[in-house]
Amino acid sequence: MHKQLMSGNEAIARGAFEHGVTFAAGYPGTPSTEIMEAFSRYKGVYAEWSPNEKVALEVAIGAALAGVKAMAVMKHVGVNVAADPLFTVSYTGTNGALVIITADDPSLHSSQNEQDNRNYAKFAKIPMLEPSDSQEAKTFIKIAMDISEKFDSPVFLRTTTRVSHSKSVVGLEEPAVSEDRRVIKFDPAKYVMVPAHARVRRVVVEKRMEQLKEWAETFPENRMEIQSTAVGIITAGMSYNYAKDVFPDYSYLKLGMVHPLPEKMIRTFASKVKELYVVEELDPFIEEQVHAMGIPVTGKKVFPYTSEFDPGVVEEGIKAHKRGRKSPPAIPSRPPNLCPGCPHRGLFYALGKTKAFVTGDIGCYTLSFMKPLQGLHTCICMGASIGMAHGMSKALGEKGKGKIVGVIGDSTFVHSGITPLLNMAYNKSDAVIIIADNRTTAMTGMQDHPATGTTLQGEKTKELDFAALAKVLGIESVRIVHPLNIKKTTAVLKEELEKEGPSVIVSRGPCIFLQRERLKSIKPFTVDIDVCTGCQLCLGLGCPAISWKKEEAGLVPRTGKKRKGFASIDKTLCVQCSLCFQVCRADAIKSAGGPS
Amino acid sequence: MKDSVTSLLLAGVGGQGVLLASDIICKVMMKAGFDVKKSEVHGMAQRGGCVTSHVRYGRKVYSPIAKEGDVNVLISFEKLETLRYLNFLKAGGRVIINEEEILPPSVNLGETAYPADAVDIVRHQFKDVLVVNALDLARKAGNIRAVSIVMLGALSKYLPEASPDDWKSVIGEEFSEKLVPANLKAFDLGRETA
Repeated sequence: MHKQLMSGNEAIARGAFEHGVTFAAGYPGTPSTEIMEAFSRYKGVYAEWSPNEKVALEVAIGAALAGVKAMAVMKHVGVNVAADPLFTVSYTGTNGALVIITADDPSLHSSQNEQDNRNYAKFAKIPMLEPSDSQEAKTFIKIAMDISEKFDSPVFLRTTTRVSHSKSVVGLEEPAVSEDRRVIKFDPAKYVMVPAHARVRRVVVEKRMEQLKEWAETFPENRMEIQSTAVGIITAGMSYNYAKDVFPDYSYLKLGMVHPLPEKMIRTFASKVKELYVVEELDPFIEEQVHAMGIPVTGKKVFPYTSEFDPGVVEEGIKAHKRGRKSPPAIPSRPPNLCPGCPHRGLFYALGKTKAFVTGDIGCYTLSFMKPLQGLHTCICMGASIGMAHGMSKALGEKGKGKIVGVIGDSTFVHSGITPLLNMAYNKSDAVIIIADNRTTAMTGMQDHPATGTTLQGEKTKELDFAALAKVLGIESVRIVHPLNIKKTTAVLKEELEKEGPSVIVSRGPCIFLQRERLKSIKPFTVDIDVCTGCQLCLGLGCPAISWKKEEAGLVPRTGKKRKGFASIDKTLCVQCSLCFQVCRADAIKSAGGPS
Repeated sequence: MKDSVTSLLLAGVGGQGVLLASDIICKVMMKAGFDVKKSEVHGMAQRGGCVTSHVRYGRKVYSPIAKEGDVNVLISFEKLETLRYLNFLKAGGRVIINEEEILPPSVNLGETAYPADAVDIVRHQFKDVLVVNALDLARKAGNIRAVSIVMLGALSKYLPEASPDDWKSVIGEEFSEKLVPANLKAFDLGRETA
């Protein structure tokens, strides 16, 4: 068997391919994105970026109904968006196979919250598997598909960032030959969820969960590793590895399936060990159920509710001793930042001049909240900027006139911005909405979407026209600006803020990562330090290429005026976007010529 | 084969090649017959933020990340980042530092100062400290993007489990034909400094 180093995400894609999964739909979101990207490159599969997770799940449900093995792929908060179809597909069942992959993000490495999606399994009455490394990720996607077919149920596969983005050794197998089970089947009692039918299916769901509970007792991936019986640990997913790392000799009940739980197995395990722990990140999901079985167990009493674990956290919890962590010395933090040349920088610089309150959204541009731009003032969830801007503007009335702006990225607008924009036209809003259109889903690593003109599998396709769409939704004032032109952008912003009624401004400038060709012939800007007055206007852009140098004692610039320091441009970072050149009032920033 | 697990921690700034370097280490150690795991956090870190990657290898590895105070070698691609992750290093651990400075936003704005004595702070706590001018060596090798390979060259000297040829064969597979010679040269130059 050929062995390869794979991330959990790559392994899920590989496992799906080996197992005859031919269909996947998803929306990018860290830490799930690479599953779709890797899967889309296998031969003979169909994979699409849907506009959002709700659509992705509905697409996958349709595919499963048509008899194929399908998966819907999303990050944890994506399941919130997909929750509506999720709860009812649990009733209808799937015909083919349907696996929903939820990639959770303990520690919020790249998310707005830390929700524990195991709760969705219980809430929606859907079984859930949880792999602990890449080999298991590859195996478990297959098992999940088999469970889905056997029990006619959607199945969750849950990863966390550490499973999705860790790499470990995976044994590759040849793809199995699957028979063609595609079919059009009419079965209204099963698929038309009117109350009369849904009441019947509701009972089927409970019966299914009972059967799954029984099945879980003999599921080989729920396994007891009995060693020293002094301490027994019930665990699943990545936490298993952390515990094994520090306590290799204790006994383990390693759960491959976290919902429903194998009660008899848990009772047997508990009876074999003196002291029982549940090691799980985030919510006491397993622990509460073990408590409810009347079994004494220790969990959140010694382990944190928040953040991901590591081997040290598990060791401290069980040994009940603190390792006395050394806190690192006080050093400047290094937060992620808008790249040099980022088109969003021009937009937020201009927006800052208007003093408007900016409801923000989710994407690279969220990073503009930091100093010095401090460009947006809220971030809740995908699409929230538009509804919130409208709500604030309505509530404030005259008080908010010309002061409320919503900013949303192109991919995010497609995801959840269209209905709230329609609402603004319908309910006669007065706010200004800016679509920060950098022609890609940048934050998650440059994925296509319905306004880029290319599909996930690289085909050319229709390209959504934001301005035309805004118009047909009923927004009469629609403008397009290039955000790297500060003067024009500022003027358009001012005009639109003064107008009655809702406006849309499409701020269109491609992400710097889409400008490979241009970047090959950059002529960086330079600062003439004899002319620089040290006014720091250019520093207000927050460009990583511009830094502040303190004046050496005794030196006086050619202008003769005293200054505390001067600006400097790192020529390896500058991509000639010209924003600093535009804001400099002293003509100290020099262009080396060429296109900019 | 030894039973204990070796833990490495690579730290740097987005774009420096930290993730590529950790992939290469894994492939080398896999070829040398070890179980290997690595872990990193992607996503927002691409935008000029800190990037770290844990690499662990041994007969059997469970956790892909090391606990604090358990790392054998800290490989820091940027001087300041060394300090941020120093507490992961075990007593008597080794540090390899690229002396390149990449200024964080607050330093650019003049709000905070870049610590002038970063290497001294490290030397004060650990005695096996190697400072490398990886950018300079990469330039000498003919490719300024080969900083991460210079660092691997230096690291390789301290990992006797794999020979220089093991490393070079993986580097040879990792790059397109055109880029291989400069990267092999970068590896040699890095190794010579150690």
